[in-house]
Amino acid sequence: MIAALANPARFMSVSRVLAPALGLASLVLFAIGLRLAFAAPPDYQQGDTVKIMFVHVPAAWMGLFAYACLGAASFAGLVWRHALADAAAKAAAPLGAAFTALALATGSLWGQPMWGTWWVWDARLTSVLVLLLLYLGYLALHAAIEDEPKAARAAAVLALVGLINLPIVKFSVDWWNTLHQPASVFRAQGSALDPAFRPALYVMGLAYLTAFLSLWLVRIRAEVWRRRARAPARVRAASTARVIDPGPAAA
Amino acid sequence: MNLDPAYAAYVWTAYGLSAGVLVLLTADTLLHARRWRREAENRREDRP
Repeated sequence: MIAALANPARFMSVSRVLAPALGLASLVLFAIGLRLAFAAPPDYQQGDTVKIMFVHVPAAWMGLFAYACLGAASFAGLVWRHALADAAAKAAAPLGAAFTALALATGSLWGQPMWGTWWVWDARLTSVLVLLLLYLGYLALHAAIEDEPKAARAAAVLALVGLINLPIVKFSVDWWNTLHQPASVFRAQGSALDPAFRPALYVMGLAYLTAFLSLWLVRIRAEVWRRRARAPARVRAASTARVIDPGPAAA
Repeated sequence: MNLDPAYAAYVWTAYGLSAGVLVLLTADTLLHARRWRREAENRREDRP
């Protein structure tokens, strides 16, 4: 399916339908998820702050997922030199950065009443901060290099190096002594999350996922249009340059 | 919906921030796409 969508024309025609469909699905899922979230009972220890889980955890999931997408697209761009892969990687970065920043902010809002602090330099929080810095570094590197293929290659290398951070984020709560709680959902032994909270979390997780996928498709489309918009100007500029300076052969 | 007053500010701020970020992200994405689509279509019309 990915190989089929690698054709830009096919991608544009499929995404024209898929992007709004995913957007609509995310709206419906948000409506259901928010209703479930506010109907969920308070936690016996955390009280109503447990409801922050339903926006914090999906945002964190999307921060990690977006980086995995960024890494996969960067790999495809480096290996197959496919412009659509470069566009996909560039499109994922701002979305992933936003979700990661949101995860950190909502995490602080959860941490203050529960831990008595807005921030602590434990392994989970620090590794997620590193993830945010990787996103920002990726965007900065892209913006700093004028030649687009070179920028895409340099940023792709950074993205691939940064992939090591994903398992560090995931397993940080197991490898180090952290204030952040251990994994509750994606565990080998199965979910430890109380069943009362699972429907809201899973639906909100799906809502965030469909929102990310919809926005990602729209941003890739925007990147394709941007390249089309810029391409004729470069061709025109090259033609104009030959007229002004035909080169030594013409002398 | 009644939240414990001790925690209500944190919960509502978290939800408000999440909604705000998602709305801004959506608006930025759609405006970005609209701008480049318009420019690409204008370039196509300019071609001889």
